[in-house]
Amino acid sequence: MIMGEMMSDEIMARRVALELSGDCFVNLGIGMPMLVSNHMGQGKQVMFQAENGILGVGPRAEPGMEDKDLGNAGDEHVTVSAGASFMDSATSFDMIRGGHLDATVLGAFQVSEKGDLANWKLPGRKLGSYGGAMDLAAGARKVVVMMKHVTNDSRPRIVRECSYPLTAKQCVSVIVTDIAVIKVVAEGLELCETAPGWTPAQIQELTEPQLIVRNVSAWPLSVS
Amino acid sequence: MSKVFESCAEAVADIGDGATVMVGGFTGRGTPSQLLLALREKGPKKLTIVRNDASGGWKNPIDVDILIEAGMVKKVITCFAVFGSPKKVSLLERAAMDGIVEVELVPQGTLAERIRAGGAGIGAFYTPVGVGTEAADGKEVRVVGGREMILEHALKADFSLIKAHRADALGNLVYRMSARNFNPIMAMASRTTIAEVENLVDVGGIDPDEVMTPCVFVRRIVPTGKVA
Repeated sequence: MIMGEMMSDEIMARRVALELSGDCFVNLGIGMPMLVSNHMGQGKQVMFQAENGILGVGPRAEPGMEDKDLGNAGDEHVTVSAGASFMDSATSFDMIRGGHLDATVLGAFQVSEKGDLANWKLPGRKLGSYGGAMDLAAGARKVVVMMKHVTNDSRPRIVRECSYPLTAKQCVSVIVTDIAVIKVVAEGLELCETAPGWTPAQIQELTEPQLIVRNVSAWPLSVS
Repeated sequence: MSKVFESCAEAVADIGDGATVMVGGFTGRGTPSQLLLALREKGPKKLTIVRNDASGGWKNPIDVDILIEAGMVKKVITCFAVFGSPKKVSLLERAAMDGIVEVELVPQGTLAERIRAGGAGIGAFYTPVGVGTEAADGKEVRVVGGREMILEHALKADFSLIKAHRADALGNLVYRMSARNFNPIMAMASRTTIAEVENLVDVGGIDPDEVMTPCVFVRRIVPTGKVA
């Protein structure tokens, strides 16, 4: 079957940004989700939280302007926005666990039909890294997963049951991949949007559980 | 007796075999690298280390890796054992695979709260984080307020090695930006807290409104100047 092109990480980040409209306090996971901060539209009053103790993370620091004491949880030199605050790790996770964040964007290895998330350890490995993912998955009011639709060897990452160790059960609200936007609803997974050049049938082909197809639209033009 | 020590070596001189040591910092930020170097030099064995990230691989090359490498560590309690790319095997994972180091993985917020509880005289608490995952293995689960929660116990240590931006001679501490992280809660959770500080000022030189860690929690201070 001839498929469309996979969207770039930047385009995915733009689509994830739309998912956060109306959210005020958002934590971006380490890695790909951090790209999302570059795509929040002007005038949106989003404050980004970094779990190492910053509320109000700004853009990355310009070369030569880095401060050794100012970095995000992924060890990148950042800046802070007006109105930012610093806090210790316990207070930072009070925010997260206490339900004070509107949303988090996390990367994933696998998401199940029920919205289970697996993103901290690969099967067969002795160790992994929880980081703050278990806390964010359990505490944020909305969990947005941003991941490639399939593995490097083209196997589905959206599966009936996660075979990778779980981060949290039934926590994911929406999955933005490089070809689709899929929401976790009561009956299962609903295909909501397709990336340019993709049909629902082609997306189903790369997805293990049966997708609910009711009102599928194309990604907004502003994204791609 | 003065809390101010001339050197990191003197400040860590009584950390012996089998001690439990908390190490502040998050990646390189707020990490007491000079105290870690002095501890490696001193060389106690069979340490239990409590530390946010123990994967190595960050921009600052001096972290708890240097103790693991020196064969001084028996157990590590951490949330971050494998670095960024999941394909890379960290020094800690290698040591765990070889059966040299035992690793207790703890979700980051649970780690922070266990440390805070240790310093606050709380024995244990129930949290929803980790329910239905490996993090809940072997732990009591009960429903509290309609939600499944797991029982987590407080963490305490013999020593905490922390880093602060400013201190007075009594041990009142101020941290700077994101270098605060685990330092204030670790300061509370051990019998002997040793603070590596960038600037030492006279008593009264810090506005009481600005003190982040009150001096009661700090036993020793070593002014080291600004070290990246």
